[in-house]
Amino acid sequence: MENFTPVSAAIGGAMIGLSAVWLMASAGRIAGISGIVGGALDAGKGDKLWRWTFLAGLLLAPLIVGFFDASFLEIDFPTTGSLLVLAAVLVGIGTQLGNGCTSGHGVCGNARLSIRSLLATLTFMGTGIVTVFIMRSLGGV
Amino acid sequence: MRIPISTFIAGLLFGGGLTVSQMVNPEKVISFLDVTGNWDPSLAFVMGGALIVTFLGYKLVLKRRGPLFDDRFRLPTRKDIDAPLLGGAALFGVGWGLAGLCPGPAIASASFAGPNAYIFVGTMIATVFIYRFIKARA
Repeated sequence: MENFTPVSAAIGGAMIGLSAVWLMASAGRIAGISGIVGGALDAGKGDKLWRWTFLAGLLLAPLIVGFFDASFLEIDFPTTGSLLVLAAVLVGIGTQLGNGCTSGHGVCGNARLSIRSLLATLTFMGTGIVTVFIMRSLGGV
Repeated sequence: MRIPISTFIAGLLFGGGLTVSQMVNPEKVISFLDVTGNWDPSLAFVMGGALIVTFLGYKLVLKRRGPLFDDRFRLPTRKDIDAPLLGGAALFGVGWGLAGLCPGPAIASASFAGPNAYIFVGTMIATVFIYRFIKARA
C-alpha cells in the first residue's frame, strides 16, 4: 500500500460529486459519461451541444491541473496493443448494453439509491477484480 | 447558451476530479482492483467522496421543481433487473480490469497521455457508435 493517496482521492472524488450535482442542478442531467458520449454521437439536434461542451471540459481539465502540478499527468498504461483494443471494445459494448459505467451507475445511480445501479456496480467491480486477478496470475501486467 | 456553458463547467470539474484523484492513471486503477495483491485502496475514497457529495447534493437539488436552465430533471426511470444490465456491466468490468480505464478517465487522458489513450478512446467510441447504429436499426 505504498502508493496509498486517500486525501487527494477524496478531494478528487468530491469534485466529481460537485460536477454531478451541478450538472443536475443546472441542466437536469445525469453525469454518466458513457451515456453522454453515446448521445454525443447520435442524439437529436437540440440534445447534442451540451454533451460536446461537457466532453470539451473533461478533456481540458487535466491540462489545467497539469499546469499547476505536472506530476498529476504522469500516468502508466500497463496494458497496451491488442489487449488494450480488446478492453476498449468490451468497455464500449458493456457500458451501452448495461446503460452506464463508473460514473452513471457507480456515482449518480448509487447516489439515487437505484437498485439497478447498485447491482451493475457490484457486477463490474466483481468482474474487474477477477480480471486483474487472472492477469496477475498469468504474469501479465 | 446557458446549458452548454454550465455543462462545460461540469466537464471541467469532472475532469479535474479524475485528474486530482489519479483515476486517470490506469496503473492506479489496476492496483485498486488488485485486492489479492499489492492493493491500493485509494480509489475507494474517490468513489466514497463522489458518492457522499452527490447523495447530499441530489437531495437538495431534486427537491426543486426543475433545473436552473431547463424545464425538467431527466432521470432514469427503469427499475427492472435484466440480463443486458448485468451482462453489460460484467463485460464492462472485464474491460475496465484489463486496461484500467473506464470511459471518463479514458477521454480525459486523451488530452495529454498520447497514443495509448488515442487507441483506447478511438476504439471505444467506434464501438459505441457501431453498437448504437446497429441497435437503432434492429
